[in-house]
Amino acid sequence: MTHWFKRQMFRPVFTVVAFFAVIAIFFYGSIGWTFIMSLTKSTLIPRYDFVGFDQYVELMDNKRWIVSCINMVVFGLLFIIGSLILGSILAILLDRGIAGEGAFRTIFLYPLAISLIVTGLGWRWLLDPSIGIQAMVRDMGWDNFVFDWLTQPDRAIYTLVIASIWRSAGLVMIIVLAGLRSVDGDLWKAIRMENVPVWRAYVQVIFPGMRPVFASCIVLLMSEVIRGYDLIVAMTNGGPGISTEMPAKFAVDFFFARMNLSLASAASILMLLLSLLMLAPYLYSEFRRRD
Amino acid sequence: MSSPSNTTTMPLAAKIGLYAFLIASALFFLAPLIVIVINSVKPMADIRSGSLLSLPSEITFEPWRIAWSSACTGLDCSGIRPGLMNSILITVPSVIISVLAGALNGYALAQWRARFADWLMLLILIGLFVPYQAMLYPTVKMLSGMGIFRSYWGIIFVHVVYGLPYTTLLFRNFYVGVPDEISRAARMEGATFLRTFWSVILPISTNIIVVVAILQFTGIWNDYLLGLIFAGNDNMPMTVQLTNIVNNSRGAAEPNVNMAAALLAAIPTLVVYFISGRYFVRGIATGAVKG
Repeated sequence: MTHWFKRQMFRPVFTVVAFFAVIAIFFYGSIGWTFIMSLTKSTLIPRYDFVGFDQYVELMDNKRWIVSCINMVVFGLLFIIGSLILGSILAILLDRGIAGEGAFRTIFLYPLAISLIVTGLGWRWLLDPSIGIQAMVRDMGWDNFVFDWLTQPDRAIYTLVIASIWRSAGLVMIIVLAGLRSVDGDLWKAIRMENVPVWRAYVQVIFPGMRPVFASCIVLLMSEVIRGYDLIVAMTNGGPGISTEMPAKFAVDFFFARMNLSLASAASILMLLLSLLMLAPYLYSEFRRRD
Repeated sequence: MSSPSNTTTMPLAAKIGLYAFLIASALFFLAPLIVIVINSVKPMADIRSGSLLSLPSEITFEPWRIAWSSACTGLDCSGIRPGLMNSILITVPSVIISVLAGALNGYALAQWRARFADWLMLLILIGLFVPYQAMLYPTVKMLSGMGIFRSYWGIIFVHVVYGLPYTTLLFRNFYVGVPDEISRAARMEGATFLRTFWSVILPISTNIIVVVAILQFTGIWNDYLLGLIFAGNDNMPMTVQLTNIVNNSRGAAEPNVNMAAALLAAIPTLVVYFISGRYFVRGIATGAVKG
């Protein structure tokens, strides 16, 4: 036995098997367990009386879940498009040998080092009508100035978009900038020869050639959207009312506060399926590339 | 340098426009930080009489002192100091263990050229994108079974395990590029796999170790959800205590104290970011998919 064990220590397979046991149990075992719970009517504790897909049907009738999903789509689209546009513009501008490029990069990227909790709190204070931007503009004399999105149920979601773009635009910038720097110099020579306006060159030639770069940006941003929890908790806590609820928060609340395990499990499984669906094209191309 | 046109050849108007946009963006990115810093040293009287954007009439470090040692979370008024200690005690071992685990697993995977090694990579890649919600509850159950739910070692265990796909992937991609001759030479001299890893491979991995350590440090320090669920009351990290202090609105809210507390929570990762910019950026694309 010890001899066998010693021989295994020469081989990486031993380590791989040990680590994959852990990953298999804690990732895929947990997912399987969550899926099984989603087929039951467990509330406070797991009980394995199966009811099929009832919880999923239940979700479709749950107003908070529906609102959460719509919010995620609205938030996700605006956040992703906004980050891509701002990040790309910053990358284009920084790609011009400007003075102080390093300083600008540092400034655009530092939000990524800050937690979503602090990000959310900071923007909550800035956008709080009684002390933030609205109060400041009123102090300067515009007494009727109104910027109270944070407290408006139909606007609060946009404050989350602003805060998220603030945090993630730098990520897009750094990835796109790396892509721009690897564009072939001859391509630019050709473009200059043709006398194409610079903005058209970007839209029609350069960016289409950088599709994989944008694809990975989108994958990263989408996974942030699906898992978005901390920022909401810190900034709006889902409110006013349920106007900024999202699926990740729905699931956590129903697991740990409202004690409806099966409904929370169903919600989590749907989140997982959505992640995988979004990820599938990316994983597919990754694997194709390797073969 | 392949850039289309740079500042030296640009017309003056375009140059002014370019810098104007960059500076405006820099202000957008810096604004929340500036506002928080200014208000954290403002006396309460200033905050009551003006907006967050007004300058302080005098600079006081009283809010920092209160945030540090006497701000209240519920009935407990010991400031954010215990949270800081907890965050350090959680983050340091979690980072060390997850760097070692990721390095070992990544090296083993890179060495192990079996047919289904590619499938294991797929499992890891998917693991990066699994929403925590689909794993949380079973993990709670398993940790309870192990007797470490809501304990110090429990939260460290969760950070290490949940971080495995990500640390493994980063190290594996690094080790795939390391010439095989190095490992083979060590094996010829009779070193076991673990021995080779420890005395030959780890010493040449400094760069990637720094990248992974920084990203894990940032991620774990900034974590909120896992700390909230797995750490237990005695080990609550700083992010959780910060939200408790801010949301503890019994009596008059004190924005200056809250902001000082938020800064205290953000300073460690900001310092790491400013010191290690290059490494931070290198790992960022992969790092952002975690959490």
